[in-house]
Amino acid sequence: MIYLDAVDKRFGDHRALQSVSLEVPEGSLTALLGPSGSGKSTLLRVIAGLEAPDGGRVIIDGEDATPVPAQRRGIGFVFQHYAAFKHMTVRENVAFGLRIRRRRKAQIDAKVDELLDIVALSGYHKRYPSQLSGGQRQRMALARALAIEPRVLLLDEPFGALDAKVRADLRAWLRRLHDEVRVTTVLVTHDQEEAMEVADRIAVINEGRLEQVGAPRDLYERPANGFVMSFLGPVARLGEELVRPHDLRVTAEPRAGALEAMAERVVHLGFEVRLELALADGAPLAVQLTRDEASALEIAPGDIVWVGHTAARDPIAA
Amino acid sequence: MTARRGLRVAALGYLAVLLVVPVGLVVYRTFEPGIGSVWDSITTPAAISAFWLTLEIAAIAVAINTVMGVLTALLLVRGRFRNRIPPTLIEALLDLPFAVSPVVVGLSLVLVYGRGGWLAGLPFQVIFSLPGIVLATVFVSLPFVAREVIPVLREVGDEQEQAAATLGASRWQTFWRITLPAIRWGVAYGVVLTTARAIGEFGAVSVVSGKVAGETVTMTLLVENRFQNFDLAGAYAASALLALIALATLLLMTLLRPRKDA
Repeated sequence: MIYLDAVDKRFGDHRALQSVSLEVPEGSLTALLGPSGSGKSTLLRVIAGLEAPDGGRVIIDGEDATPVPAQRRGIGFVFQHYAAFKHMTVRENVAFGLRIRRRRKAQIDAKVDELLDIVALSGYHKRYPSQLSGGQRQRMALARALAIEPRVLLLDEPFGALDAKVRADLRAWLRRLHDEVRVTTVLVTHDQEEAMEVADRIAVINEGRLEQVGAPRDLYERPANGFVMSFLGPVARLGEELVRPHDLRVTAEPRAGALEAMAERVVHLGFEVRLELALADGAPLAVQLTRDEASALEIAPGDIVWVGHTAARDPIAA
Repeated sequence: MTARRGLRVAALGYLAVLLVVPVGLVVYRTFEPGIGSVWDSITTPAAISAFWLTLEIAAIAVAINTVMGVLTALLLVRGRFRNRIPPTLIEALLDLPFAVSPVVVGLSLVLVYGRGGWLAGLPFQVIFSLPGIVLATVFVSLPFVAREVIPVLREVGDEQEQAAATLGASRWQTFWRITLPAIRWGVAYGVVLTTARAIGEFGAVSVVSGKVAGETVTMTLLVENRFQNFDLAGAYAASALLALIALATLLLMTLLRPRKDA
């Protein structure tokens, strides 16, 4: 378990982290989600000991790790650009941490074989990183980090440098791996889809502050504020409120709480239909309807409709 | 097409006039009187002593400048104070030996370590002796290693070093296992340039050497000495040997280098 207690970090005048407190439960896969420059990578590097916080504490497994250097924190760190040791073979890369720990050769060989098997790189022992694809390099880096049996696995935008197809495969693979290995993992990403798909818990970070922590579904359905809501999915602005486009209901007749709007375009996107409206004040609003809902309404451009939200959820102020 | 060919001819012609012809001529003149006399002239006691002295000085200067050059580059690129002192200032200082004339270097060493100098009271003799020549050589060949290593260090970045740290490697282990292998070609090239400069240095060494026969006469000084004494054949032979050592160093480098970086 990792516990961050009011962590502060400055770079010159810039406050990269402002009193961030966060608990990462044992065995969980927690995503730190935020836009670039939000401080999420800095937070990960503080956990790793690669950056020293200016205030606050980092507690790993009940022990105050703040003064412990990165070398002795027992963490596994995976970098966005792999940080592969270019002059070493795959085998030597994965064995690095164990050789530093002066393990016996037979033990190292067994561990390397086991890990290369897990990351599906068996038979690649003698390759050099330059002979591997990006995805293979990142899996090698993951095996290298896991070799030392870390208490905590930290992944800094691990799939950020890979193309979309490989990224999707590796995401699913990482999730399965985590279910097998069960090491407490923190993943930094700016991609909400990646966070939703892979993580048990998401911590949303913005401008050096923690906005909200929770299960992906909770965050999506009960965002604490407009930032979290808009970062986790599409939003539409209805008067003074933010709503999800699929939580809007359109009727041909006026009803309580609904606003008057004019249909401008009806876009058929296969299963769903996007209805582009203009509110009375001229503000645009896109509504997502199912095909059945749309055909029941029989809306054509130029029609006047009434739009309001369906759900009995607390509104989020825009 | 013709323009490009013309440019190529011009470039090669320029190189030929400036480099190949003079050096070739030295080699030609060297062997004009026959190989026997060349052998005789480079195996005189004075020549042998100059040869070993030059190698000894080059070895010491290269060792010092390699260690200090790598250290300087590390401090400049990775050091904690890198944001406090403008790197351009230190890099400008590092280039000072390129800018200052070797004769001035020699004179300044005499002023500091010579009779009546600030550090004249040392228990061993510096000026007109080996330490003085080594100091002069170290000074003039100081920038090469650092100059070669700094850009390589910048380009490699520090992620591999951070990865090594998270895997438990101490700074010392990280340096030997990660940093040094990553910068090895920069270091090697720096060493070659330092060696070439150290072997060929004349001006600064000439001032501090005192030219004690058989003791402080280096190869370059021997060439000058023979030239002054109208022993042209001897001067050519010694020059050819100097050029040969330089060529051998470069060749060694080229032979080592082609192994494709993994």
